[in-house]
Amino acid sequence: MLLAPIIWALAVAIVYFFVAKTWWFPPPISQHGLDYDAQFNRTLVVVGIVFFLAQVALGYVIAKFRNDGGRATYSHGNNKMESVWTSATALLFLSLVLMGTKIWAGVHFDDAPPDAIPIEVMAKQFAWNFRYPGLDGKFGHTDLKLVNDSAGNPFGIDDKDPAGKDDIVSASLKIPAGKPIKLILHSRDVIHNFFVRELRMKQDIVPGMEIPLHFQTDPGAVGVYEVPCSELCGLGHFQMRTTMQVMSPADFDKWMQAAALAQK
Amino acid sequence: MSSPHAAHAPQGFIRKYVFSLDHKVIGIQYYFLGLFSVLIGMSLSLLMRYHMVNPNVPVHWFAKLWPTAAAGGIMTPELYLSLMTMHGTIMVFFVLTTVPQSGFGNYFLPIQIGAEDMAFPVLNMMSFWTTFVALVVMVAAFFVQGGAPLAGWTAYPPLSAAGRITGPGEGLGQTLWIISIAIFCFASLMGAINFIATLVDLRCKGMTLMRMPLTCWTWLVTAILGLLGFAVLLAAGVLLILDREVGTSFFLPAGLLINDKIIAGHSGGSPLLWQHLFWFFGHPEVYIAILPGMGVTSQLLATFARKPIYGYKAMVYAILSIGFLGFLVWGHHMFMSGMNPYSAMAFATLTMCIGVPSAIKTFNWLGTLWGGKIHFTTAMLFALGFVSLFVTGGVSGIFLGQPALDLYFHDTYFVVGHFHMIMGVAAIFGMFGGTYFWFPKMFGRMMNETIGKIHFYLTFIGVYAIFTPMHMLGIVGNPRRYADFTNVEYLAPVINVHQFMTYAAYFTAGVQLLFLVNLFWSLWKGKRATENPWNCTTLEWGIPSPPPFDNFAGVHPVVHHGAYEYSLPGVKEDFIMQTDPNPVRTEA
Repeated sequence: MLLAPIIWALAVAIVYFFVAKTWWFPPPISQHGLDYDAQFNRTLVVVGIVFFLAQVALGYVIAKFRNDGGRATYSHGNNKMESVWTSATALLFLSLVLMGTKIWAGVHFDDAPPDAIPIEVMAKQFAWNFRYPGLDGKFGHTDLKLVNDSAGNPFGIDDKDPAGKDDIVSASLKIPAGKPIKLILHSRDVIHNFFVRELRMKQDIVPGMEIPLHFQTDPGAVGVYEVPCSELCGLGHFQMRTTMQVMSPADFDKWMQAAALAQK
Repeated sequence: MSSPHAAHAPQGFIRKYVFSLDHKVIGIQYYFLGLFSVLIGMSLSLLMRYHMVNPNVPVHWFAKLWPTAAAGGIMTPELYLSLMTMHGTIMVFFVLTTVPQSGFGNYFLPIQIGAEDMAFPVLNMMSFWTTFVALVVMVAAFFVQGGAPLAGWTAYPPLSAAGRITGPGEGLGQTLWIISIAIFCFASLMGAINFIATLVDLRCKGMTLMRMPLTCWTWLVTAILGLLGFAVLLAAGVLLILDREVGTSFFLPAGLLINDKIIAGHSGGSPLLWQHLFWFFGHPEVYIAILPGMGVTSQLLATFARKPIYGYKAMVYAILSIGFLGFLVWGHHMFMSGMNPYSAMAFATLTMCIGVPSAIKTFNWLGTLWGGKIHFTTAMLFALGFVSLFVTGGVSGIFLGQPALDLYFHDTYFVVGHFHMIMGVAAIFGMFGGTYFWFPKMFGRMMNETIGKIHFYLTFIGVYAIFTPMHMLGIVGNPRRYADFTNVEYLAPVINVHQFMTYAAYFTAGVQLLFLVNLFWSLWKGKRATENPWNCTTLEWGIPSPPPFDNFAGVHPVVHHGAYEYSLPGVKEDFIMQTDPNPVRTEA
């Protein structure tokens, strides 16, 4: 029968793609990223085996039990087998999800460390803006009515508030390597999504909500990483892209000083 | 119970074929409505696949079709998004919901339980014509100012709620979309009530629940899912319309500044509320699409392996628990939404639980085939293909069901590959299987098996070629719903993968011409079908092909056996009709 070898060939081809890794994740740049990859690999091994065995078995019964004019076995099943595979699957699936719990907890249950650098993210159709509190460590007051993108004030920072004087606004995200970062995610119009592949992290940005997201890269993560919007936000969704530039702490401090002074 | 079938069949063309009360005619009407819709949905996907890999190559006739949205023959991103929105909407609602349940279910549920018709024939007719109106309104969205909506089939607010200001298509197009969906909800609710009442009340003598074909079980559970799910979607749609047209704030929070304009007058709404309501419907909807396919697959595997269903009771309990758990897992669509992250743990655990009955079904399908004598008809090939696709599409859910792993995969092509594999093509394989299997009964003629088999093999390889690479793209981090990929640097190396998928899609779509030719040619020229060409046990195969107006020609069938008594030792034939009181035995 033609079908059995086709199913086997497809199963082998699919397994090959996951082993060859021609199209794959970029290397992670954080401990969370490493943990993520470990959980992915655990799941991949389990799922890969289940997938391969199921397809091979399907091909086998197709090849083996074709009609040869004889009579089929009469059987209504076997309760013992039912309970075996029910409990085996339940155990397997539930342990996988439990093993991933720590990774999820690290992102969402734990608070950002108190010394994390706060950065406010403002997403809008179809651009990103990032705000740093400047040298005083305080964000200035903002007002929706003062928002003016073309005048370089996408956050609507109130210049009457002294805390806002040295707030830095940037169209790309700049962070120091190896330091804890706390993003405060805001959208002013529709839902967007902040995603950095190398961080293995993603979070919707919802108007009307303030969603925190904290992470810390490896000290050696210096480089530029892409941030593509990952929640449908309208016709320019595919163009809504910025970068995350990871700098050495010294370079970051230098940039911050210069940028804060330039604001004043 | 008196039904209109106690009287003679209507003779006029309108009452017989248009506003018919006959469940068989209504089933065929639903089938062809779905066929029309799937051709639109598939064409939209081909246009999308063209644009994704040739965003800047003009096509002469695009400009004729859309003078503004594709001026110069190049699609605008908003046109791409409106094709995407309509592809998803039409496929989910007017194909996946319509054909397996309302089409085949309408035709065969009453016959398989020995009833003359559905419990409420007028309601049945109304539900079809209401669905038809919903389709007309949906397609009309293409032709209004601004075009079809671009917010996706999930229509997340504020994108879908704030009106024209969020993008073209978000004006009248989005309004028509919501109205169409609301009408569709009404139609589905009418259908669901009818299915449940029919199955509960109209089973013939001897047709106990545990003797029903598994198809009937899946149609019942699907109807219950529809009743509970569409009611919630209808409510959500009404709230969305109110936000758009009346200025309420169910989904719109204060402080919106869209396209440089402050949106005043809204406060207190939550975009997440829509997501909860939508997915409370939307997840059961996945099972609405796939459950009837599981039923058909079970029926076909037993029939063509000549074996009883392995673990019939386990299959019934699996169907019931999928239906029940299906309402408890909607939050797994929202892991990244900003909802309480602790609830993600509950949704993830329940999601893994729903994988268990799905695995049970797969094991029992393999058990059914084990020791069988498989007849490789086209229908059987599609059922076997269903099992393969169900496994492939199912296992990727084990990645996505984990919130930790969803941190990367959410809204990537990994998700697109996953749901197309399982709720898209696996469900469609169920429909193809059902078509090749029941066509002789519905139209009294056989379909061509040679063309059918070629159609199967090419489609089977084709869908794997389209949807497997999507998983790899997801691993690369390719976001979904992108009009093109030229703006993200890391996607440059995978453009050739997209190119391959586009060719695979052209190929697979082209192959479907074989099916269409086979279908329409066989309608008029196919070999005459006998009463029971497959030697199948269920009630529809004990009456003429096609069945008379009242199905059983005035006889009240009595059922003596379970649905899948194949190859019983000591019985001459290798199948026992459910209605056969005294199967002929072999000489002892």
